[in-house]
Amino acid sequence: MAKNSQVIKREEVVIRFSGDSGDGMQLTGTLFSDTAALSGNDLSTFPDYPAEIRAPQGTVGGVSGFQIHMGHSVINTPGDYTDVLVAMNPAAVKANARWVKPGGIIIFDKDNFTEKNIEKAGYKSDPVIEEKLDSFNVIDAPISTMVKEVLKDFGLDPKSVLRTKNMFALGMVYWLFDRKLKYTEQYFDKKFVKKPEIAQANKVALRAGYYYAETIEALNPVIIIEPAPIQKGTYRNVCGNAATAWGLLAAAERAGLRTFIGSYPITPATGILEEMAARKDLGVKSFQAEDEIAGICTAIGASFAGYLAVTSTSGPGMALKSEAIGLAVMTELPLVIINVQRAGPSTGLPTKTEQSDLMQALFGRNGECPVVVIAASTPSDCFNFAFEAAKIALEHMTPVLLLTDSYLANSSEPWRIPVVKDLPEIKPPFADINEKPFLPYKRNCETLARSWAIPGTPGLEHRIGGLEKTMKGNVSYIPENHEMMVNFRAEKVAKVADRIPDLKVYGEESGDLLVVGWGGSRGYLITAVNELQAEGHKVSLANFNYIFPLPKNVAEVFSRFKKIVVAELNLGQFADYLRIKHQEFTYRQINKVQGIPFTISEIKEKCVKILEEK
Amino acid sequence: MAETQSLQYTPRDFKSDQEVRWCPGCGDHAVLNAVQKALSELGIPKEKFAFISGIGCSSRFPYYMDTYGFHGIHGRAAAIATGVKTANPDLSVWEITGDGDALAIGGNHFIHAIRRNIDINLILFNNEIYGLTKGQYSPTSEKGIVTKTSPFGSVEEPFSVGELVIGAKGKFFARTVDANVALSTQIYIEAARHKGTSVIEVLQNCVIFNDGVHEVVTGKEVRDDRTIILKHGEPMIFGKNNDKGLVLDGLKLKVVKIGENGITKDDLIIHDAYEANPGIQYILANMKYPDFPVALGVIRSVPGNTYETDVENQIEKVRKDSKIKCMDDLLASGSTWKVE
Repeated sequence: MAKNSQVIKREEVVIRFSGDSGDGMQLTGTLFSDTAALSGNDLSTFPDYPAEIRAPQGTVGGVSGFQIHMGHSVINTPGDYTDVLVAMNPAAVKANARWVKPGGIIIFDKDNFTEKNIEKAGYKSDPVIEEKLDSFNVIDAPISTMVKEVLKDFGLDPKSVLRTKNMFALGMVYWLFDRKLKYTEQYFDKKFVKKPEIAQANKVALRAGYYYAETIEALNPVIIIEPAPIQKGTYRNVCGNAATAWGLLAAAERAGLRTFIGSYPITPATGILEEMAARKDLGVKSFQAEDEIAGICTAIGASFAGYLAVTSTSGPGMALKSEAIGLAVMTELPLVIINVQRAGPSTGLPTKTEQSDLMQALFGRNGECPVVVIAASTPSDCFNFAFEAAKIALEHMTPVLLLTDSYLANSSEPWRIPVVKDLPEIKPPFADINEKPFLPYKRNCETLARSWAIPGTPGLEHRIGGLEKTMKGNVSYIPENHEMMVNFRAEKVAKVADRIPDLKVYGEESGDLLVVGWGGSRGYLITAVNELQAEGHKVSLANFNYIFPLPKNVAEVFSRFKKIVVAELNLGQFADYLRIKHQEFTYRQINKVQGIPFTISEIKEKCVKILEEK
Repeated sequence: MAETQSLQYTPRDFKSDQEVRWCPGCGDHAVLNAVQKALSELGIPKEKFAFISGIGCSSRFPYYMDTYGFHGIHGRAAAIATGVKTANPDLSVWEITGDGDALAIGGNHFIHAIRRNIDINLILFNNEIYGLTKGQYSPTSEKGIVTKTSPFGSVEEPFSVGELVIGAKGKFFARTVDANVALSTQIYIEAARHKGTSVIEVLQNCVIFNDGVHEVVTGKEVRDDRTIILKHGEPMIFGKNNDKGLVLDGLKLKVVKIGENGITKDDLIIHDAYEANPGIQYILANMKYPDFPVALGVIRSVPGNTYETDVENQIEKVRKDSKIKCMDDLLASGSTWKVE
């Protein structure tokens, strides 16, 4: 292919595809990220779609987006502001114009900017004028006309023809970034092996977009992003929900157990149940329950019966499960509970992200009811923390609550595939068949975990349940026994701190400001902190994955910094928790509750302000 | 397997060392005896039994059984039992529940367990009252009942257990009386052998808060005339003198007296518990005194696929066809690339 002469190298670039929810933007974005990954770039992606499956066409409420951040260096976030915006209709401009970097490129389908669509998007006049887009590089391509033209001899119905508009737009973007078309072409050949005319139509539209961009010299110079220096190995793209499911399955394999998941569909956690349901080939028993409570209760039953048992949900579902979590605490059964957090309270913003279920995770149950709480930080480390959640649950005979969030669940990034036999061993404390009579609440002196006797094993018959018990498993109302058992359960969970890694500091080990985060905002915080460091500030980051119990070196780390700021997507839940656990420090806060992640710039701005404070 | 040598159980083998703490005279004692008797006759190794309960007086049951047991939370026994059975279909799973536990707070799990036809045996102790919370009306209490939470009489219509079971696509429904240990034992054995969700409603007496609620039907003096014990393949006959029966009158059942109006035993309908169409079974399950005798025995017992077996079979089939045999296969499947 002829290439125009001038090229420019960039470290990173952000691209956002947006259009009506029927415009195929998620597929377009996914195909672009696959090509980027196969070209050796590091990347991070984030789909942003409406809760309504088909919101009224052409309205802002119906805009679906997909953002990709790719680079020559390590990419930690899907990016906040975008270099290129593809907007298939006026509503997409309306929803996204404010996220385009000054001087960025906006590609739109001119044919879709009819008076009716402009009005539907809520504009009174030309969006280019209303949004003051003249400072951007606006490419108004007649995409609909062009695809009709190139596909006129295909004999396809008009609807099928217009469905290839997204590929035309993708072709244009491929030209802008000097990308190969072959990976996307291969996708269509494989996907439509039985409908070659559809495959061909998409490929033709893709190529037409590419040549169109070249012809009009849409961008000069073309931007090149060289491959990132990446560790050797085999890679794939993975999103948080799939990584979570796979981490659990890997744990089951390492423990020699089968997996049971009892869940009720709920946004944004459903992907975990779906992935598990697809894994019958690995012997997974997936149970789509009649409600959230049945989800966890069937999982508790399966755990009693000797499975690695899991229930996955989001905040509202967690609320419904809380009584049963208490039952799992009381019966001291291994159980992994996953909360893919979304913006609340109540139904809140179901498709949007937030970190506001922390207090619910820590304290949202009746009685003294300790549960291990851990949180994952990136889409791919959902795998590691799901594995870790299962390992802790199985070895310590306790429910473990894994917090991810909508942003992690749906974002994807390249991931170096691990070899399962290299993952840590998992050794549940199975009861000794010769130890009769079996005492269900007799504890291992080191971990305080009880042993696991599986129904079907001769001679280990026993009873457990939600009522307070003695070591023998008999119901007891003796005051001292209750207090002793409450303390045992608390200490058992506290002892998990003995095995978890120390809190790590990104950047200098001491300095003027420690940015503290937890879970899914790590990517944003580390990018902001890196940039602040590059600008000469003595700022470091500590991002928590182990929330309860906390790592043992927290106070030691905190004491090395002059100021501490806790940044989280809620009103200050982790900050308040730290105020309980480590009262000797003063915590400043950066908070955001808009259903969207932090932007790098807002974190930096607030950090600088804090650094300047006397 | 050990089954051949050591399965000479007696009911005593199923008694735990725990002191039974139900009120003296409570119907639960008789249910416990009948279940222990039935279990000893099933030929199933003891370690394969799991008793799962919810909350309520009857839900203390697992503590008194020397088997695997799980005392759950209110209403959720069906869900817990479903998890146990799905995980390990080899177990004989029994759910112990009451009218409040199964039909009020646990109503959702109850109907869905039945719909899925998971192979558990569900004993529903129906005393038409909340006992453990000391006397409030339940979803099976008769309209008008005066209790602590209905001091002026309940204004709610009760559920009929059999009707609900059949409505939820239930394939096995039986009814017994707590004190009738012989009939109960027989029913528990049949329930255990039936593949699918077996619901057994026990007309159980709460001596403290609803004493004698079933007495009008189950009382020693009247029970022969006011109940009918159904047996598959036998005519529907009842009465102290075995002189009453049921005939089909159009789409309804009618009580007749043998010898009157030329009615003979041959005119009575034959009970068919295995008939898939629930029409007559539905009418039988809903018969009420004084118009009809209350039906006891196995009213409906229809074979069908069970959830846990279908799950296993599906896994088996997918496993055979899939190239993915372990996690490493899965992780390497799909779109991957190598960085050298």
